[in-house]
Amino acid sequence: MEKRIRVLVAKPGLDGHDRGAKVVARALRDAGFEVIYTGIRLTPEQIAEAALQEDVNVVALSLLSGAHNTLFPRIVEIMKQKGIKDVLTIGGGVIPDADIPGLKAAGIAEVFTPGTPTEKIIEFIKANVK
Amino acid sequence: MANESLKAKQEAYAAKVEKAVAKNPERINLPKMRLATPLDIEGFDYEKDLGFPGEYPFTRGVQPTMYRGRFWTMRMYAGFSTAEESNKRYRYLLESGGTGLSCAFDLPTQIGLDSDDPKAEGEIGKVGVAIDSLADMEILFDKIDLGKVSTSMTINAPASVLLAMYIAVAEKQGVSADKLNGTIQNDILKEYAARGTYIFPPKPSMRLITNIFEYCSKNVPHWNTISISGYHIREAGSTASQEIAFTIADGIAYCEAAIKAGLNVDDFAGRLSFFWNAHNNVLEEVAKFRASRRVWAKVMKERFGATNPKSWMLRVHTQTAGSMLTAQQPDNNVVRVALQTAAAVMGGTQSLHTNSKDEALALPTEDSVRVALRTQQIVAEESGLADTVDPLGGSYYVEYLTNKIEAECWDYIKKIDELGGAVVAIEKGYIQREIQDSAYKWQMEVEKKERIIVGVNKYQIKEKPPEGLLRVDASVGDFQKGKLAKMKAGRDQAAVAAKLAALETACKDEHANLMPLILDAVKVYATLGEICGVMRKVFGEYQPHVSL
Repeated sequence: MEKRIRVLVAKPGLDGHDRGAKVVARALRDAGFEVIYTGIRLTPEQIAEAALQEDVNVVALSLLSGAHNTLFPRIVEIMKQKGIKDVLTIGGGVIPDADIPGLKAAGIAEVFTPGTPTEKIIEFIKANVK
Repeated sequence: MANESLKAKQEAYAAKVEKAVAKNPERINLPKMRLATPLDIEGFDYEKDLGFPGEYPFTRGVQPTMYRGRFWTMRMYAGFSTAEESNKRYRYLLESGGTGLSCAFDLPTQIGLDSDDPKAEGEIGKVGVAIDSLADMEILFDKIDLGKVSTSMTINAPASVLLAMYIAVAEKQGVSADKLNGTIQNDILKEYAARGTYIFPPKPSMRLITNIFEYCSKNVPHWNTISISGYHIREAGSTASQEIAFTIADGIAYCEAAIKAGLNVDDFAGRLSFFWNAHNNVLEEVAKFRASRRVWAKVMKERFGATNPKSWMLRVHTQTAGSMLTAQQPDNNVVRVALQTAAAVMGGTQSLHTNSKDEALALPTEDSVRVALRTQQIVAEESGLADTVDPLGGSYYVEYLTNKIEAECWDYIKKIDELGGAVVAIEKGYIQREIQDSAYKWQMEVEKKERIIVGVNKYQIKEKPPEGLLRVDASVGDFQKGKLAKMKAGRDQAAVAAKLAALETACKDEHANLMPLILDAVKVYATLGEICGVMRKVFGEYQPHVSL
């Protein structure tokens, strides 16, 4: 049997807006992925550690406070330091278009902004998971 | 019998319509009620169910003439970056005809962290203004007369500290606490259930809240000591009925805690206020406002035995639904906000914040905030909606919906009572799961196009990326940290240590009211992080229930 794709849905930063994270987590689960949801207010260190412990294929970050330019790259960086390889990292939230090229350069494979159907996220993961 | 005749005619109508619908089906996902008639509000008793505005059960509104005397308070939620920047925005809003202030704090402030805390990195000044100490608060309200303006502060876990800072700033302006008008949100239960800026576990959090009720009833009598909020529950994805049901259940929990602490219900109930969401479905929203007033009046009179009519009144602030703003074709949001404003006004709100069209993308610019404020002014001055009291009262459909939402609300309250009250229901994750289920259902309806969002899943166009969005300067964090370091270097350290030690001792005595000690500490410039740090040490931190 093929191994199921494991996804960590995580909320870095201090904002509590978890509607999007939870909806995405459930949609991914309904699509047949194994989903671990961290809950809110996690530090980059906690998220990288969870990614390591849970041995996930995908890390999906959700942030609505505007701290994405600081926190998303830091999470990628710490995962690298921990020797986590072959993980697809994606992000979503209230993220201005202008910030997306910088986030991609920092190692975020794709950024999903408000109004994105969950189907699009599922397709992206299936096409790009390593 | 009139009803017999009506019944026969309604049945004939239904039979005719069913045949037509079989041929030409109606649109999908519509409410069951096609056409409401007197038969759908059978047993309707005007005096008992509606009565008169300003009278029990307040279905038609809490004031006898509503907006014929004066409009609702137009209160725009604002705050970003530093106290210096936000002070400029507040003064702009007041000069533009805003009639009250509403402060947004950044997330570190909301969870009791100073700007120099490592966890604050990247978040300083982002979603609101950064406040570390009384020094920032003095700048925030510089040249704003606190004796004249009313101020709402969206602050929950550290509400006691921010209220103390406000009182201290007013004192420096020569305004005594008994002259202050405003609101602190101070609603921790919805933070656990939906919004996320909690610090302490439920028990000490409820104690802080009852301490504030007691302190304000004696010292700040015009202050709204809590804004029991459905807004964020709705934003998290609940239905209209769930919004008011879970919030009223929270309200019941606060009343029970205060009564248990020895307070008399009529001494604090008149200062309780509520916060609703104005969502897209206009008639459902109007019915929700009306139903919520009727439920709360019954709860206060029948369940808690309150005898002062002020204790029975559900007074409400409203904000248009942020989650209904679309990032696509953002100009369309102006129209959504106008309809939501109409709903809030026909629902009888006491104050209103209107969102700006660009808020699905960023914090609003000054220009888009002006349009949002003008939207309220147009509804007030031009639409006629504010000219008569409860204009939709007596509509068969709106009365039917009001009854329906009320019944759904009582069902939830009963269920939550059976679980052991709102605190237990939240600790067990029941309320969070109900909200999550509704949010998921909504999203699936949108994805299957059973629910249309214009510009998102229908009528899409190719768009250029939006221009002219507000960006918070990345240097804000360093500026704020520098200011904090300088303030700390210049204050009386011994006084700070003494006041914090006194607070710690009081925290350990569960009968002590902490408000006076917090006020003492802020006056010697103890920081928000230091004060909350003392309380964290004694009270511990909340461990959330995480479930999918």
